Amino acid sequence: MRGSHRVTNVTSISVVRYGNFCGINGRLKRPRGARMKKSKKDSVDRRTFLKGATVGAAALVANPIASRAAAPPAPTEPRNAAAPLPPKPSPTALPGTPANAGIEVVDHPGSDYMVDVIKALGFEYMCANPGNSFRSLHESLINYGGNKQPEFITCCHEESAVGMSHGYFKIEGKPLLVCVHGTVGVQHAAMAIYDAYCDRVPVFVILGNFTDAETRESLVNWTHSAQDPALLIRDFIKWDDQPATLRTFGESAMRAYKVAMTPPTMPVALVANTDLQEEPLADDSSLSVPKLSLAEPPQGDSGSVREAARMLVAAENPVIVADRAARTPAGLASIIELAETLQAAVVDRNGRMNFPTRHPLSQTERSGTVIRDADVILGLELTDFFGTVNSYYGQVNVRTRSLIKPDTKLVSINSNDLYLKSNYQDFERYQPVDLAMAADAEATLPSLIEEVKRQMTADRKRMCQERGQKLGAANRDALAEARDLAANGWDASPISTARLSAELWAQIKDEDWSLVSNCQFVSRWPLRLWAFEKHYHYIGGEGGYGVGYGAPASVGAALANRKYGRLTVSIQNDGDLMFAPGVLWTAAHHHIPILIVMHNNRAYHQEVMEVQIMANQHERGVTRAGIGTTLVEPAIDYTKLAQSMGMHAEGPIADPADLAGAIRRAIAVVKTGEPALVDVLTQPR
Amino acid sequence: MKKVAMTKRGALFALSVVTICGLLGIVPRSAQAQTTAKAEHADAQAARNDSASAAKIENGKKLFTNDGCYECHGHMAQGGTGPRLGPDPIPFSAFLQYVRHPAGSMPPFTSKVVSDAEFADIYAFISSLPQPPKAKDIPLLNQ
Repeated sequence: MRGSHRVTNVTSISVVRYGNFCGINGRLKRPRGARMKKSKKDSVDRRTFLKGATVGAAALVANPIASRAAAPPAPTEPRNAAAPLPPKPSPTALPGTPANAGIEVVDHPGSDYMVDVIKALGFEYMCANPGNSFRSLHESLINYGGNKQPEFITCCHEESAVGMSHGYFKIEGKPLLVCVHGTVGVQHAAMAIYDAYCDRVPVFVILGNFTDAETRESLVNWTHSAQDPALLIRDFIKWDDQPATLRTFGESAMRAYKVAMTPPTMPVALVANTDLQEEPLADDSSLSVPKLSLAEPPQGDSGSVREAARMLVAAENPVIVADRAARTPAGLASIIELAETLQAAVVDRNGRMNFPTRHPLSQTERSGTVIRDADVILGLELTDFFGTVNSYYGQVNVRTRSLIKPDTKLVSINSNDLYLKSNYQDFERYQPVDLAMAADAEATLPSLIEEVKRQMTADRKRMCQERGQKLGAANRDALAEARDLAANGWDASPISTARLSAELWAQIKDEDWSLVSNCQFVSRWPLRLWAFEKHYHYIGGEGGYGVGYGAPASVGAALANRKYGRLTVSIQNDGDLMFAPGVLWTAAHHHIPILIVMHNNRAYHQEVMEVQIMANQHERGVTRAGIGTTLVEPAIDYTKLAQSMGMHAEGPIADPADLAGAIRRAIAVVKTGEPALVDVLTQPR
Repeated sequence: MKKVAMTKRGALFALSVVTICGLLGIVPRSAQAQTTAKAEHADAQAARNDSASAAKIENGKKLFTNDGCYECHGHMAQGGTGPRLGPDPIPFSAFLQYVRHPAGSMPPFTSKVVSDAEFADIYAFISSLPQPPKAKDIPLLNQ
């Protein structure tokens, strides 16, 4: 049940060996007569060369190998010089002077091979903030690789690079490449990697590292080296490796991709040592790019599937609860088919777009009622089954109470049962269930649907139809109730999040839209009021609740949506944006169309409430809860911030009557292929 | 006694006069003066009540923000993380009981933090909020 897009990207590769040549079939059709050579014999040491390493790079783009032998040094003037000077004479042009005398050049560094490997994995983009521990790979990507497949996306923070990859995956179904310094870069990236890990999103991270102390050129390179660069993130990635040779780099890259993409999908990391990147590629006919072989997602065993179907068919009030279940459009279709076959209530925990919000069987807005009345609950990739069937209460001493009847049967299909790590506690509280399948839900659903259909009798079908009609009426009532509630505070200033959502919906509902921000912070109003139907209409949230995810993940999702011409929309929290606002520049620089509507409540509002809880518990009053939690005095001008990064922006808008026009103007800009921001002063939630 | 005593006919006459005067909007001078005084008193009382009420509402609005009610319920008590509170709140006694002993994740407000009188003002504020428009009358909520 893998998404077809990623399969086609990675399996149709034939390998060219590196004895006479290197590359991937279909890409390297450029003339390449020369053998790959080690550094030229008349050279001095590699480090001498590296001090002037940009020489000749630009000239190699069009015809790398053919040009390399006679490539003149590139101009050293800055790119923005008023009038470019003619190139300086090449050493090879001076009569009687041996070519490249006194310097060392590298025909093919190891990083060229790494690029071949990277291209074989089908990455569309590489997100990175530049760092010299992967400078050779950087150079190989943009020159040898032509800056295509992947294209370098310039990020202003490693957290943004990983966050973009996170959002991109949830639209596209395949990872982006992220390159970071193995030390300070991975430290910056760590929170975003944790978010991706908790959200079961594969991010492919390459960490540059000066592993060999003898080749560290400077104090900085010592500072930016580590014995074990991946150690910092090992607790929240699925697998990592530090290959010592190019051959094992290629193999480990394939393994890393395979591991990352096998449910439960998670980030992986590969250390690329600088020596491996920068040393000349050996003339090795046995070196090739290994073929990628992905694993099929694990499915529930037939006996368990049959038993689950029996329980569901026999149930009076079966409920399907889905969290990160629909990995692909096929998963969404499967959940709909299962629900319709059973006429069962569906509660979407919104980790992914699992079920259409206006489908008659959607009962998310009355989840408490249907879970209380359920006699069988099927949990699909639930992050928190315990929290689904229990509630917490109590102020100082937190206790729990069951939300379900004592004899309610629980069935779980969850790939998390196959792989769990110890240190970080994102696995949530243990919940005993009656039947647990350690399997991927999406991959298991087709066989479960088939089995449910097989076991369905005419009597049960009739009963199911009656149940479905009642659920349909309840769904319509829930929508009416949500609309009534949305009318409260309709003309309020600051603008209510319900009004904001309704204004936005009015202008995107007839477009091919994609909402790529977490709705929890705006009281879930879009999920309550809009008609979500397609898999890209919603992509869930952070996973690890790490603030700073929203902006980069939205831009990454917009990057994935760009080629499909979708209107990407993000309701952006103010506090989240301030973690790494440079991603706005990335969106402008790379022409990534996205409508960003600020949910500007001028606070880290969750923390305002948290401090209030403590202040109440301590009986000290809450009047000072804003200290350390609010973003005022001065208020941040997000319009100017976005404009300074090259984006269209307007606001702050406090009068709801002004909102429609601002959104309309911003959408017009987004439709030209550029990002735009509307700053809206909003109610807290 | 004779002067004030009324015969049956006299009483009927007087009743007729009062009725006619009432129908015509005519009030005998002495009664008129008495009614005016009562009305003035009532108006003054109402004004005092209104003033007190307005002051309570204003204070309640301020407390609604300062005591952090808005954080979960919105500036207009329209609801957010917490439920909608007004207009038409639950009875004050139930309201007070809940804020002192809330269920779920709402933090309790002890009398040391917010007094009963202050909660009465907060209650006055949320009671005073205008009725929202009907959802069916808002085109944006019908799409």
